[in-house]
Amino acid sequence: MKFSAYALLKNALTGSVWPEQWSSPEPRASYDVVIVGAGGHGLATAYYLASEHGIRNVAVLEKGWLGGGNTGRNTTIIRSNYLWEESQKLYEHAVKLWEGLSQELNYNVMYSPRGVMMLAHTLHDVQSAKRHIHANRLGGIDNEWLTPEQAQAFCPILNVGPNIRYPVLGAALQRRGGTARHDAVAWGYARAASKRGVHIIQNCEVTGIRRAPSGEVIGVETGKGFIGAKRVGVVAAGHTSVLMGMADVRMPLESYPLQALVSEPVKPVMPCVVMSNTVHAYMSQSDKGELVIGAGTDAYTSYSQTGGLHISAHTLDAICELFPVVRRMKMLRNWGGIVDVTPDRSPIIGKTPVEGLFVNCGWGTGGFKATPGSGHVFAHTLATGEPYAINAPFTLDRFLTGRLIDEAAAAAVAH
Amino acid sequence: MLLIDCPHCGPRPELEFRYGGEAHVARPAEPATVDDAQWMAFLYLRSNPKGLHFERWRHMSGCGRFFNCARDTVSDKILKTYPAGQARPSLEALGLAPVDHEVRA
Ligand SMILES: Cc1cc2nc3c(=O)[nH]c(=O)nc-3n(C[C@H](O)[C@H](O)[C@H](O)COP(=O)(O)OP(=O)(O)OC[C@H]3O[C@@H](n4cnc5c(N)ncnc54)[C@H](O)[C@@H]3O)c2cc1C
Ligand SMILES: [Zn+2]
Repeated sequence: MKFSAYALLKNALTGSVWPEQWSSPEPRASYDVVIVGAGGHGLATAYYLASEHGIRNVAVLEKGWLGGGNTGRNTTIIRSNYLWEESQKLYEHAVKLWEGLSQELNYNVMYSPRGVMMLAHTLHDVQSAKRHIHANRLGGIDNEWLTPEQAQAFCPILNVGPNIRYPVLGAALQRRGGTARHDAVAWGYARAASKRGVHIIQNCEVTGIRRAPSGEVIGVETGKGFIGAKRVGVVAAGHTSVLMGMADVRMPLESYPLQALVSEPVKPVMPCVVMSNTVHAYMSQSDKGELVIGAGTDAYTSYSQTGGLHISAHTLDAICELFPVVRRMKMLRNWGGIVDVTPDRSPIIGKTPVEGLFVNCGWGTGGFKATPGSGHVFAHTLATGEPYAINAPFTLDRFLTGRLIDEAAAAAVAH
Repeated sequence: MLLIDCPHCGPRPELEFRYGGEAHVARPAEPATVDDAQWMAFLYLRSNPKGLHFERWRHMSGCGRFFNCARDTVSDKILKTYPAGQARPSLEALGLAPVDHEVRA
């Protein structure tokens, strides 16, 4: 079934029930590729394996429900204004795919390039923001400097007055940055992958990785029994260390709870995304009208998927200073996701020391924006056994050679 | 927020402390003799377990000292804190059955 204005109208008039958007088959005995984790990255990987590489004998195994991990818990900020050339290429690859994604998937992912504005509050912030702007322009990525007045013109509810603890000294604006609908991204990829023959198997936890005596991967143990695989791609975000441990691979990762909140829905007040690394707060408004607010990570590693209340309270303090108009609003929900953080805040996408085992992880607090690009380059890696040019620098080996891609400044705030 | 029992000062709210990462990660005694793989393991590889974790904390707004802590990373329950330099407590001392640890590590 294809979504279109005609289909919508016909369905509205006939009142028929929409068909299931993806099938839920029982697993086969084995697959060419098994992907562990049906978040956006895993589903996108499966979709591109089928659509670009003709590999359709693929299963995506998910321990819970599709998109129920960080994909369904994030604040959906999309941008590509990272510092280093390697990262710029990786995230820009994703932004380019976002631009045509709804058409490609025939599913409205509600990508909205409404502009992402990152505030500077100290001299150091100003210098660092300008350095990023120059680096981005050299890399062909849009990013521009705004004075406080220009910043307020772009986001009228922003307080640029001198009466706050850290006054706004300016901002870096990426106009092509924005947001998308998180669930729709997972659903759209799932639907498009399922249509091409990919098996999406929910409620199927991977509990072991089985290897031949010679060392290579031959399949996975799951809640639904053993499933054979020529290649296995682990795309499990916060649980990557646990899964890789099943194949005796130690990872340069730590898992932390990261939180977000939404307010009661209100009329449109916030035309863009505003982020601040220094006071640690960021906000946008969903199409439903809720203010979507991102808080920080807890100080310690955890798999609790909640996070301490003082972390979100701290963010609300900063939000009330930056946007005084929201002070009386009520928060509807807060929640946490478990993010997998690397020492250089850049992802790991590629091979592992185990033959046939591949990993796509370490997206930490900021991987939603990369979903299409990540899936695209990882599909290439799984299909050919070798990285795509764009993900070639993002190896596990870089922690051995020392060729780190340090995005600690770009990723200092959880986004 | 955690309530952390500093071995030197007693129980205090988490805000008084700073997290110090995984405990018992020893710096190589003879750095010049160590190869890249060993440096990688020391600098970057972490066990990051789902379950029992041994970690360092520093009591910033109190005695200022580092100490170690055994915590369950699923429930966030602190099982034991102990002074830096002490060996990690046995599973029995933490009130855990050995199998517990293996399944969840
Ligand atoms: C509060 C919050 C806010 C964020 N805000 C932003 C933002 O604004 N912009 C941005 O770019 N990024 C943001 N991120 C980060 C972003 O959400 C992630 O980087 C991204 O969604 C990761 O996608 P994924 O598909 O790799 O992971 P996930 O969606 O987490 O998918 C991994 C899946 O693996 C499954 N799994 C785990 N273990 C097993 C197993 N043993 N067997 C089977 N399945 C398993 C999980 O259940 C999960 O569904 C945020 C994250 C959080 C938590
Ligand atoms: Zn103390």
